[in-house]
Amino acid sequence: MDDNRARGLPGEVWALLKGNIRNYAMYLALMALFILFTILTDGAFITARNLTNLINQTGYVAVMACGMTLVLIIQQIDLSIGYVAGFLGACAATLLSRGVAVPLVLPLILLAGIAIGSLEGLIIGKVGVPAFVTTLACQFIFRGMLSLVTESTGTILVKSDAFNQISNGFLPPVFRMGPMHGLSLVVGALSIALIVWSRLRARRDLKKYRFRTTSAPVFWATLLLFAAVIGVLSYVLANYRGVSWTIVVVVLVAFVYDFMMRRTRLGRHIYGMGGNREAALLSGVDTQKILLFVFASMGMLAGLGGVLFTSRLQSATPTSGSGFELDAIASCYIGGVSTSGGIGKVTNSIIGSFVIMSLTNGLNLMGVGITYQYVIKGIIFILAVAFDVRSRAKKAI
Amino acid sequence: MADIILEMRGISKSFPGVKALDRVNFRVKRGEIHCLVGENGAGKTTLMKVLSGVHPYGTYEGDIVLNGEVQRFHGIRDSEGASIAIISQELALIPDLTIYENIFFGHELMKGRLVDWHRTILESEKILKKVRLDVNPTTKVGALRVGAQQLVEIAKTLSKNAKIIILDEPTSSLNEEDSDNLLRLLRELRDDGATIIMISHRLREVVKIADTVTVLRDGTTVCSLDASEKKITEREIIRHMVGREIENIYPKRERRPSDAVLFEVRNFSARNPSTGRSVLKNVSLNVRRGEIVGLAGLMGAGRTELALALFGNTPGYRIASGEVFLEGAPVRFSKPSEAIAAGVAYASEDRKKNGLILIQDICFNITLANLRSLLKGIVIDRNEEVVQANRYKEDLRIKAPSIQQTVLNLSGGNQQKTSLAKWLFARPKLLILDEPTRGIDVGAKYEIYTIMNELVKSGMSIIMISSELMEILGMSDRIYVMSEGAITGELDARDATEEGIMEFATNTKEAVANG
Ligand SMILES: Nc1ncnc2c1ncn2[C@@H]1O[C@H](COP(=O)(O)OP(=O)(O)OP(=O)(O)O)[C@@H](O)[C@H]1O
Ligand SMILES: [Mg+2]
Repeated sequence: MDDNRARGLPGEVWALLKGNIRNYAMYLALMALFILFTILTDGAFITARNLTNLINQTGYVAVMACGMTLVLIIQQIDLSIGYVAGFLGACAATLLSRGVAVPLVLPLILLAGIAIGSLEGLIIGKVGVPAFVTTLACQFIFRGMLSLVTESTGTILVKSDAFNQISNGFLPPVFRMGPMHGLSLVVGALSIALIVWSRLRARRDLKKYRFRTTSAPVFWATLLLFAAVIGVLSYVLANYRGVSWTIVVVVLVAFVYDFMMRRTRLGRHIYGMGGNREAALLSGVDTQKILLFVFASMGMLAGLGGVLFTSRLQSATPTSGSGFELDAIASCYIGGVSTSGGIGKVTNSIIGSFVIMSLTNGLNLMGVGITYQYVIKGIIFILAVAFDVRSRAKKAI
Repeated sequence: MADIILEMRGISKSFPGVKALDRVNFRVKRGEIHCLVGENGAGKTTLMKVLSGVHPYGTYEGDIVLNGEVQRFHGIRDSEGASIAIISQELALIPDLTIYENIFFGHELMKGRLVDWHRTILESEKILKKVRLDVNPTTKVGALRVGAQQLVEIAKTLSKNAKIIILDEPTSSLNEEDSDNLLRLLRELRDDGATIIMISHRLREVVKIADTVTVLRDGTTVCSLDASEKKITEREIIRHMVGREIENIYPKRERRPSDAVLFEVRNFSARNPSTGRSVLKNVSLNVRRGEIVGLAGLMGAGRTELALALFGNTPGYRIASGEVFLEGAPVRFSKPSEAIAAGVAYASEDRKKNGLILIQDICFNITLANLRSLLKGIVIDRNEEVVQANRYKEDLRIKAPSIQQTVLNLSGGNQQKTSLAKWLFARPKLLILDEPTRGIDVGAKYEIYTIMNELVKSGMSIIMISSELMEILGMSDRIYVMSEGAITGELDARDATEEGIMEFATNTKEAVANG
């Protein structure tokens, strides 16, 4: 703090950017992509319609990135989630086509996800097969299972309207404000209020504990920026069809996971285990249990991802889910999860998933074929990790 | 005027929020043993990192003058090029490689474009003889005792023809015998013309070996004492280090442990299933409420293995038989979380590997083992957490700008204090301390001893594993001595002597008979 004062405001902003470039990288990347695609698509990218699309597309990657954040923090990996999501999505479609009600299908699928994740966790933790091997094998197993489920019919169409609403529907238009979706504006305003309130509270606590805080101007500027982004976004969405259910689901998952990681004992244990497994074990962290929990949660979110994806396409196909694991892992790394574990935030991983999906969305708009998209994504993935490794190495000295 | 080989002039070095060095002056004569002492966080390691190029030219202010010429080291290779070698606080050997591979790692002996392994082994043998390490150079380094590994480190610096050898707390993890050997070797190297800079918190060995002693305090040079004219005393050094007199190294305490036995181990044995070797042989011991029990022995006597086995962490070996009682009830912990929940804690000797989450801050580390006490519902009470962490930071005088400081950035001694603070905060019934004062300065030692005394006064029991016999004698009520996995002796601290303990510690005959 003292050095900051000496250098004045520009000095502080510069030091903040330089010292925490890793923490801001995903925002910068997101901004760059938005500007780039807006120019390249003559503004088609930034329309309310496309932004709504983008958000609804991102839903399934975002929830899986949440779970993957925990997996990567404890220095493990899960390569199976793509086909697990695909398989569970197909199961949901099959159940629905047999007339099982949606309120029953959802918990069943999530439970199945938990079961699959726990099984993987047991094989990794108790038997000692490395996560890389276990989950790679499970990728094959569930790829096979997905084919099995979709074998007789090929693509399974989902006719349940309620189910399809999850990824395509919007909050009901309870009231309108002029041409706008009133409820969405209210939700936007409420979230701004909530963010301002929680940031102020956090800052007050930091001051009370005499911890490092950013100076008042910088604090207010970032807060204003955040509020403005949410304000503009909800304004744009309200002018179209409003806040989608996908946003609600993602925010809910993000809130629960963020709370768990920051405020509970379980979250601390996960970070501890990721930072130094041996030391955590000797400090009373039940590393076996944590591992099991993290994989079970990953399985559950893969199930949720499968539901979101199937609902979005209103069908399950023999290839659904392929490559999701890479999207989720890339989201985490872009969002600042350390490649050597122990560090990461679920909220940032969700921002990371928006980066990845903006890329997909933008390339689609530009008419770039899926084959090239694979190549581009692969390169971005390596760049993201390389950036992470380099910036952390510099900090360590 | 004396022949000055090295002079560091006006060295300053800052880290975010910390001024580690503030215009330090440091002069070393050719061919002397120069000891660098000071409290934890005084800046000793930082100064040596500046000298060896770990903190490169441009990241500090001031001049390094070697043989009259100003040097600019941009990395450790530059300083090695100038014949300076550093053996850092944490050994930098590769355990999976052999001794000879380690010695010549990074400057391999070549024949054309290939490594000349034959010559490497022959050269290694020669150097090993010089450092008096009598083992085959094809042994893997991981299989050696710490003392022997230390010798390999020195062999490595000799193979680089270093003229100035820097050792950062080389004896902190050695027992007396290995330390004595090392010190003897350092003297021989000096007599052969090498210049040696050694950082140490063991003042007893400092006064024994030093030609000059430089004292750092809070990042500045306090004084440089010349031992060639007049003998320096430990007291004198301590006075300069902490700025006041310290009367007793071991604080007085009323010794009155109750008769109630808190913890008892009966006929405890363990073996390594893959090699069939017995790790623990028929160990029986007990700890009374409010008692400090010392566990002495040589390195490798099985003390840490015993502690870990009692704590529920037995990687690589199986408990074959035995019973454990806590407050009269039989217990058997299968994992550390169970032991901690029951009130048994173990503070590891290897703080970096087993004690701390280095990438997290002080607060995170202090509260990790006892988050339960901070819960309000399912949420950690951040307010209370900060209050508690600050309290322990102050009690143990952990030197850092705040409890937000990442543990990785703390000095070695302050890391050790953080690791201890975690267990003090856990408030166990039985606290097993494994080398609790390793790398800790005199002042802080005194504080830790005082805290130990307070803890036992409040009814806690402590088992203290230590390789420093003085500490065992000074702090314990009762002493058990281990050798080769068995308990070879039990002594009352009031009439125990160093010789008495050593006799049991080297008594392998009885150990075999017992096992
Ligand atoms: N990389 C770093 N980042 C921030 N602070 C640091 C860093 N390295 C050292 N420090 C700080 O600089 C000060 C001096 O540390 P140094 O390691 O030199 O102490 P020391 O005298 O070797 O202590 P000890 O006897 O405990 O090893 C300490 O306050 C430490 O916290
Ligand atoms: Mg040090």
